[in-house]
This record gives sequence, structure tokens and C-alpha cells, in this order.
Amino acid sequence: MSENLLEIKDLYVSYGGIKAVKGINIEVPKGEIVTLIGANGAGKSTTLRTIAGLVKAESGSIMFKGEELIGVETNDVVSKGITLVPEGRRVFPDLTVLENLKIGAYMRTDNLDADIKWIYELFPRLEERSWQLAGTLSGGEQQMLAVGRALMSKPELIMMDEPSLGLAPIVVQGIFDIIKEINNQGVTILLIEQNANMALKAAHRGYVMETGSITMQGKGVDLLNDESVKAAYLGKKK
Amino acid sequence: MSLNVFLQHCLTGISLGGAYALIAIGYTMVYGILRLINFAHGEIFMIAGYFMIFATANFGWAVGIPVTLIATVVLGVVVERLAYKPLREAPRMSIMISAIGVSYLLQNLTTYLFTALPKPYPEIPILKQIYNIGGLSASLVTFITPILTIILVFILVYIINHTKIGMAMRAVSKDFETSRLMGIKINKVISTTFVIGSALAAVGSILYFTDRMSVTPFSGTLPGLKCFVAAVIGGIGSVPGAVVGGFIIGICETMMIALGYSTFSDAFTFVLLIIMLLFRPTGIFGEKTIDKV
Repeated sequence: MSENLLEIKDLYVSYGGIKAVKGINIEVPKGEIVTLIGANGAGKSTTLRTIAGLVKAESGSIMFKGEELIGVETNDVVSKGITLVPEGRRVFPDLTVLENLKIGAYMRTDNLDADIKWIYELFPRLEERSWQLAGTLSGGEQQMLAVGRALMSKPELIMMDEPSLGLAPIVVQGIFDIIKEINNQGVTILLIEQNANMALKAAHRGYVMETGSITMQGKGVDLLNDESVKAAYLGKKK
Repeated sequence: MSLNVFLQHCLTGISLGGAYALIAIGYTMVYGILRLINFAHGEIFMIAGYFMIFATANFGWAVGIPVTLIATVVLGVVVERLAYKPLREAPRMSIMISAIGVSYLLQNLTTYLFTALPKPYPEIPILKQIYNIGGLSASLVTFITPILTIILVFILVYIINHTKIGMAMRAVSKDFETSRLMGIKINKVISTTFVIGSALAAVGSILYFTDRMSVTPFSGTLPGLKCFVAAVIGGIGSVPGAVVGGFIIGICETMMIALGYSTFSDAFTFVLLIIMLLFRPTGIFGEKTIDKV
């Protein structure tokens, strides 16, 4: 058993009067890819946004490296080593690709050149477009940029909210290759996906979320072969 | 009108436009970041006038100028903290109404404290000296205003485009939440915006009132509105737009007066606004808002 980087215990979150998250428990071991799958409105995004401090939790605890994250401001969560790649990419359209990367490292005061080079090695396409405004990139390129921007803060844990949303299948494959590559370099990943098939294949561990509760958990491959998961999320008949 | 007289009016117009431009930047920057029309900005400009009166009376104008700048900046930031920050999550209409409230509060507070009688604005001897350049004669402040405006605008554009805080300002103006995810402290960036806007309003105030010689609690209302119009004409949210708008309003106003229509000069400014809104609502440099779903 490796130690848990992130541990969510009995977390409740209400969002605009609706109980979006009802007492979930999630463990994210250091160095692993953990995925959270489930239908629209299951509370997956709310969970990630609560960890990032964008949404206030009602009760429960979120421990990161033994420190409580509930009540911590977003910028302090980021400085502790957690970053969120938001749903819909949300790159800054009026900033250049290079500026988007630099702003990802906003908290840092050290030299960024080596890391910018590293990102450009991961995503050669971004280097070609370094001076272009991010708003002019294609969807797949914007997703690469959003991931690269998140990496610039040198996080220990990257959370990704639907990185494959609205992308062509071939681009999705590329994004998942990158996720594994980043993980191989030692970054822990918490991934939300509707593309359950791809996510479970990539992940070490998976959680299935339904209307605010965790209904199933286990190793990625085990969930992939589970009959009820197959029926509900993988579009295969029992 | 001889050429010389025409040029003389142009100079006056450009100078007035420079002061307007400095104030208009405050409107446009705050709008860019908070999507708020800061109706209190004209009153901040007016109170900067009072700060200068009292600071100069106590310390002389050389110390009075920096004291005025600092006091105005503090006032601008305090207004943001007390009246706008608590409403950050509220609907946009609430914060706008709060801004209108602050505007009247400041106006009435100054009336209460200093009465509505005009207070003489201190003379800065150097600025009032008359110079004669190429047949145009005017006080130094008239020559200096446009030059100072251009210099300050260049510095500001440099800060916005080439510094870390400027990058953060551009990011925050587009997307609060994602900016927070980058570790940016939103409130610090917003305060910085108010610092810059108020400082420029203070400079504008010194240049404007030096030419007008007196301040009343209502001195900020009309210039404030005109500068808001300037920001809209230039394209609200755009700094170069505010500057161009400021110069357009200043020159048009002066020309109307020169042609003998001084009664209509203020009305003309607002006619310009209506025409602009009818034919190009985003202003000269305005961003086209494309709502992506």
C-alpha cells in the first residue's frame, strides 16, 4: 500500500440549494491515476471544485499530505501543490500560448525556462504556436495548453475535469497518452471522465459516482470488466 | 477664424482631452476587470481636488502633489473594499447601484464637510506661467497635459502588456475562476486596478483644476459623466480607446465653445454618445463580444 496523497472523508457539498455531494470517501494514492466516472450531474465536477477551494464544503474533510484543505483559499490550495484543469479548457483567449504557460506558474518566483522547454517537449505543437493568441488554437491544442499551463505550477496532484470533452477520438487518444506520460514523471492524477472506457483503461483505480454518492470502487481493470459498469457507462449489453 | 486662433483652440482642446483621457482610463479599467461602471469615479476626481487644496495649504504644492496622489489612491481602494468587494458574488446590478450610492455619499459628505461654496484651487506657479510657442500662447499646464497623458498611457500599456501583474489583470478581466486556479489573488489584482485608476484620476484632477481655479462638491459630476462617455466612445474596456475617446470629447467640446455654441457643448458630448451607441455600440476599439456556448 502506498501512502495517500489525497484523502476525502465523508464530504458533503451543497450547491445552490441542491445537495450535490452526499458523504463521499475517495483516496488518491501518491503516484497513481485515479478516475471518477459517472453521468452528468453526478457531482464529479463539484467534488473537484471543492478540493480546489472554488466551492465551499458543508462538512467532511479533505486531507492533502496530512493537511486539511477545507476552508483554504484557492490560491493557497494551488501553492500546496494541487492544480485543476477546468472543464472546457478555459485557456485565456487573449493571452499568447507562452503567456498562458507563464500565468500557470504565477505563484512561482524561480526561473521558468527549463519548465517551458519541458512543456514544449511534451507538446511540440505548442512551441510552434508560442506567439499565437490561445483563442486561435483548435480544441485539442487548447486542451494541451490547459494541461501544460497546469503543469507549470509544478503540482504534485493534477485534477482534470473532462479533458476529452468535445475532442475528436484521435485527439482524445493523444490526451490520454499525455496523461500517462505525466503520471510516469511522478505526478499524481485525479481524472473525471464521461469517456469511462478510456479513463478506466488509463487509471489504476476508479470510483463510480451517481447522484452525489460513490456507488462502486475498485481497480480500473476490475471496473472495466464489471457487468453493471459495462451496462451503465460503457454502452455494452449485459 | 484665422489659422492661429484655430490652432490655439486645438491646443486647448487637446489639453482638456488629456485630462479627460486620464479620468476615462479609470472607468475603462474598472469596467474591464469588474464589468462595473464605477459611478463614484467622478467624485474621487473631485475629492482629489479638495485633497490638493488642503495638502497645499499645509505643505506647499511640491509636497501637496504626492500627498494628493497617495490620499486619492487610498480613497479609491477603500471605496472598492467597502462598497464593491462585499458584493463580489452579487448580481451585477447590485454593485452598480452600490456605485451610484457611493457617488452620492461622497458628494454629500463633501458638501457637509466643506460646504457647497467654491473653494479656490491652489496655484502652482510653474504650471501657470505663460509660454509662447510658434505663435501659440498658453500656460505651461496646457502644453504639459497632453504630453504627460501620453507618457502615462505608454507606461500603463507597458505595465499591462509586459509585467506579471499586467498579465494577471488581463487574465482576471477574462475569467475570475480560472485566474484563481492559477493561484492569482483576485482581490489584489482588483485593488491594483483601483490604485492605477485613482492615481490617474488624481493627476487628471490636478491638471484639470489648475485651469479652472476652484472646486465644489459638484465639480466631479459633469467631468465624470463626460469621461464615462469618452470611455464608451473609445470602447469601454480598452485603454487606448479611453485615451482616444478623451481627446475626441475634449476637442469637440472646445471647438463647440470656440464656435460660439458654449450652451450646447455639453449636450453635444451626449449627442456624440447617442450616435456612437446607435451605429457602433462597442465603441472605436471595443471588443466584439462573442458568446460561445
